Amino acid sequence: MIEIKEIEKYYAGKKALDKINFTVNEGEILGFLGPNGAGKSTTMNIITGYIAPTNGTVLIDGFDIIKESKKAKSKIGYLPEQPPLYVDMTVKSYLSFMYDLKKVNSNKQEHINEICEKVGISDVYNRIIKKLSKGYKQRIGIAQALIGYPPVIILDEPTVGLDPKQIISIRNLIKGLAQKHTVIFSSHILSEIRAVCSRILVISKGKIVADNPAELLSGASRMSNKIIAHIDGNTEKAQEIMKGVEGVLEINDITHKGDDIYEYIVTFEKGCDIRREMFKALAQNDMPIIKFDIVEPSLEDVFIELTSREDVPDNDQDKNSESLYDKSEETSGDDSGDGSEGFAENIDSQRSDSDDSDI
Amino acid sequence: MIAIFKKEMSSYFNSIIGYIFIAVLYLFSGIFFWATSLFSDSASLNGVFANLLMITVFLMPILTMRLISEEKRAKTDQALFTAPIGSWSIVIGKYFSALAVYAIGIGITLVYGLMIAFYTVPNWIEIIGNFVGLFLVGAALIAVGIFLSSLTESQVVSAISSYAVSLLILLTDGLAGFFNDKILHETISYFSFSKHYKSFTLGLINIADIVFFLSVCLLFLFLTTRVLEKKRWK
Repeated sequence: MIEIKEIEKYYAGKKALDKINFTVNEGEILGFLGPNGAGKSTTMNIITGYIAPTNGTVLIDGFDIIKESKKAKSKIGYLPEQPPLYVDMTVKSYLSFMYDLKKVNSNKQEHINEICEKVGISDVYNRIIKKLSKGYKQRIGIAQALIGYPPVIILDEPTVGLDPKQIISIRNLIKGLAQKHTVIFSSHILSEIRAVCSRILVISKGKIVADNPAELLSGASRMSNKIIAHIDGNTEKAQEIMKGVEGVLEINDITHKGDDIYEYIVTFEKGCDIRREMFKALAQNDMPIIKFDIVEPSLEDVFIELTSREDVPDNDQDKNSESLYDKSEETSGDDSGDGSEGFAENIDSQRSDSDDSDI
Repeated sequence: MIAIFKKEMSSYFNSIIGYIFIAVLYLFSGIFFWATSLFSDSASLNGVFANLLMITVFLMPILTMRLISEEKRAKTDQALFTAPIGSWSIVIGKYFSALAVYAIGIGITLVYGLMIAFYTVPNWIEIIGNFVGLFLVGAALIAVGIFLSSLTESQVVSAISSYAVSLLILLTDGLAGFFNDKILHETISYFSFSKHYKSFTLGLINIADIVFFLSVCLLFLFLTTRVLEKKRWK
């Protein structure tokens, strides 16, 4: 549906995008992840034809965004970073204008009402946009992107400024779009990207640093070698018992959690599951385990690791994405997202050791 | 194009700008009509038109200053340039909306003609000639104004630069007088709006003058689309 080939963009001689390549298939929800200034918005502006790339081509459903711009643009609904709202207009006249601008052919009133209903702005339909809250403005921006139900919908940080309830409803809306539309959407909120997207693209310093399905990032943590445990009882004794368990390497980050309960981060040798042994050993000594969990790397850690590396991979996209693909399989994230300290340092060493310790 | 035109028209009349422009134009043309026609018992509207040229030059930036600069500042241009329309449609839609407001404004002069018709037979050829002339001058100034508006994100910069250019255009005649060299003098005075406008005030509709004003319109509208395109490629 969307093909991006060798896109490069220079701003005043400075390289903003460096040979971006990817394709998005029909019905896919692509999450676009990256720190500020990585080139997310630039890429989106190029895909939608707002700015032209210095080199490279963008095809929307087979139409070149530069050479056949009208045909290509008619297939795109776009919400830029800042919603393009005429704040002096009412919601009604604004959406009516956008409808005319996009040359949509359908029952106008019905269509606009349906979209307002979907994004939840029906109650402010006759109000002037200027007077509305940021959440409403953002949703009006989403509404204009949906007008005409274009096959490709591109949303640049659509949930900014929304409250948690609205965020959930917009996420569900985006998920619902996937059946009939191809969606690219960017966000800083990683859990959001994971909740919505079928595929995640990480961009950093104008390059794509990872391209992998969300389930790999969110799958079981097969590479973790840390356990977080809350144990009731004398801390010295507890440490002694745990050190006695085969496979335990070190115990650190001990914190007092109230009464006689302490939190421990236990690092163990990869490839062995120490949980059962640990439980037995502690139980024998009458030291109840209050909480017991594997420390899994969060998507945040994966993200920080991917985007902060000095040696951003070279231009060889195929090779690059392949190797990262492998890697992320090993560094799959978690759902709890808590207590993942030290993951970033370990990622490389874990990578070399790929016989999964599937706990 | 029609969508843009409609939107701009409603934005002129949903804000105060359209009303101010028309009200000021009516006020001054009314004063001049009273002074040069009614008060001095004259059936000619030449005095009104001569003064309206000056007023038009001063009022025009009000109409054009925000047309494109405001889109850039509010980033609403992202909606326009990612919609399936070309930059020509955008520019022309905006241009015609300003032109329509302007036409509503100077249309009052035709009402004055009708008022005169109650008392005597007005010189309609002269009035129509004047009207066409004023309309074309305005059309050219709007094109220049849109072009200047496309160069900046600030309405103030856009307005001030339009004033400067409009004044320069008005002063071209005087400027030409400083040059003794015949070719230079002729060249500069060729670009004088008031020189081309003058024959209209006599009721002469001269093809060369019409072509001059239309060329100015086209040139600046074309330059505007180039500026917008250039921004995308920068």
